[in-house]
Amino acid sequence: MSAPVKQFREDATRVAADEEHRRNISTALGKYYVARARQVGIYQNWQGARQAAAEIKWEAVNHLDRHLAEFAEKLEARGGKVHWANNSAEAREAILAICREKKARCIVKSKAMTGEEIHLNAALEKEGYEIAESDLGEYIVQLRREAPYHFVFPAMHLTRGEIKELFDREVGDVPSDTPEDLTMVARRVMRRKYCEADIGISGANFAIAETGMISITENEGNARLTTAIPRVHIAVMGIEKVLPRLEDLALFLPLLGTSGAGQALTGYNSMIGGPRQPGECDGPEEFHVVLIDNHRTRLLADPEQRDALHCIRCGACLNVCPIFKNIGGHSYGTTYQGPIGSVITPHLRGLQDWKHLSGASSLCGACTQICPVKIDIHHHLLHNRRNAAKQKPLWWEKLAFRISGALFQRPEFFAFLTRLGRLAQKLHPLVKGSVLDPARAWTNTRELPEIAPRSFNDYWREHQSKHQ
Amino acid sequence: MKITLFIPCFVNTCFPKAGIGMVEVFERLGHTVDYREEIVCCGQPAFNSGYWDEARPVAARALKQLEDAEVVVSASGSCGAMLKVFYPQLFEGRPEESAARSLAARCFEFSDFLVNQLRVTDVGARFPAKVTFHDGCHGLRELGVKSQPRQLLEKVAGLELVEMKEAESCCGFGGTFAAKFPMISTAMGEVKCASAVETGADFIVSNDSSCLMQIQGLLDRQGRALRTLHLAEVLASR
Repeated sequence: MSAPVKQFREDATRVAADEEHRRNISTALGKYYVARARQVGIYQNWQGARQAAAEIKWEAVNHLDRHLAEFAEKLEARGGKVHWANNSAEAREAILAICREKKARCIVKSKAMTGEEIHLNAALEKEGYEIAESDLGEYIVQLRREAPYHFVFPAMHLTRGEIKELFDREVGDVPSDTPEDLTMVARRVMRRKYCEADIGISGANFAIAETGMISITENEGNARLTTAIPRVHIAVMGIEKVLPRLEDLALFLPLLGTSGAGQALTGYNSMIGGPRQPGECDGPEEFHVVLIDNHRTRLLADPEQRDALHCIRCGACLNVCPIFKNIGGHSYGTTYQGPIGSVITPHLRGLQDWKHLSGASSLCGACTQICPVKIDIHHHLLHNRRNAAKQKPLWWEKLAFRISGALFQRPEFFAFLTRLGRLAQKLHPLVKGSVLDPARAWTNTRELPEIAPRSFNDYWREHQSKHQ
Repeated sequence: MKITLFIPCFVNTCFPKAGIGMVEVFERLGHTVDYREEIVCCGQPAFNSGYWDEARPVAARALKQLEDAEVVVSASGSCGAMLKVFYPQLFEGRPEESAARSLAARCFEFSDFLVNQLRVTDVGARFPAKVTFHDGCHGLRELGVKSQPRQLLEKVAGLELVEMKEAESCCGFGGTFAAKFPMISTAMGEVKCASAVETGADFIVSNDSSCLMQIQGLLDRQGRALRTLHLAEVLASR
């Protein structure tokens, strides 16, 4: 067993049995379902909006070369600097080089999943920089020294009480566990960090080719401060974030707000097109955009699963996924959790090491149904399974399907086995629940169905003879 | 109309009443029922596990047996989706592709066939009990079966239909998934059972026996009185 699958099995087994976790997540998501449904109801034609978004993304992704070049050209014309990173190491190096050149000490960072993807914080800390996450949820998980639980709601697994305890221990002076008080504690810390920071690092939700701008969506205003106050702003983003036209945001911003948190529009939507321009009184002196491939081009090269690059990281597929809800975000061991993470991680980090995530699905399709950009998520899980089995089949699994396949060609033999099964089932109580029980994966938690004394085939033969 | 039943392997061996119910309902409506004993399995376990090469001979056998059927009606939304949605993908670019596409056009899930092909919602059933309906995922999302079973249940005399919380949420069966990741499958099933128990219903009805196998297996272990029934069994009751 490879390390990721071992960790996944252990963590998923532990969390799946944790009923308190199940209740907490269910309560948190219950509110989301209501809010999202209300917003979807406001659309004149939600399915039409999804279709339009999918088509715009299709155009963007299928002409990525052109759109990215246009984005870079427009952005650099206004004094921004684009850095092209093939992989995590190149992306980290580009950012570290800027930090060194600017002789930075403190860095403030707003939410960027690409930052997690390239393990940016660890790299910065290793070189002695102090880095503060300014998004409340990210700040909480940073203090806990753990990875985000959910790529939209990083701290959704924690209760208010747990957050208060954490703040008491790490920050101090926490009057109560109300959301307002907890937010004020973080705000007090953050306001100081914005002013101290030499560099602000952000992610980007969209990049607009036509205007050379990035668009950032957030609810706390922290990204606005992170990108506006420090002398230097570095935005980190995947190459798939590009949209062709500015007007595309008219669809994508509400779509993201609705799918992400059940909001008509997210609280703050900022568009940034360059550093401080001549005559302007504020804004950073330098603006850098680090565009990351990190094997996204592998997905691009796969016509069957290319639509996975449509993803706008709204997290809706996680929120409806019964697997995610029961095993929690940390069990995945990936930057991107949930169904979309299970689809793309094998492409980004290797199929054989991450194929188990595609296997750990009932293929129920709730993800595909909710996806605002119509990614065929659950079928891609099936495609990953097929590709993994084709590339490196498990010998015993292949053999089992060969044998059962041969058996299914012989109905009389299948009938014989059914009779044998009835006998075996009479003896089953002798081993049931023990290590000798061949069905223990089932019987550990569930009762087996009884093989009927009379099969449908038996009934049918009788039925036929009566009617002839 | 001559209706050919598709009875999945586990329905044949463990849940024959679902198939018997279908025969009774169709015959009551004046149709001729046909069945091919020679088909054992649709090939879904191998297919869903990624072993498409191993699934093909199994699927090809079913395809051959159903070649001349006027219409094929499946007792399970999941196996129905295999025949209707996934066979054309499995045989894409192969000699069997046209046969697979032809079958896809002639193949239906049980409740969808009654409501949208036969245009029947009242099958003359009587079942005095409180029931809740569980949407099997493949029927729901691959085949678009949502209102059909409810339309049928509404016309059953004496039956009270109550919706459970998150009726569309997966029961956690998922075929080989239930055995490969039993801890996740069980957790999902427990959530489903709790929603069903909360309704106070006497029965959980579904158009998929595979979901019901999972749900009943958990209910039995929990010692609950709640029972599971296939839609066809309810519709066959008088």
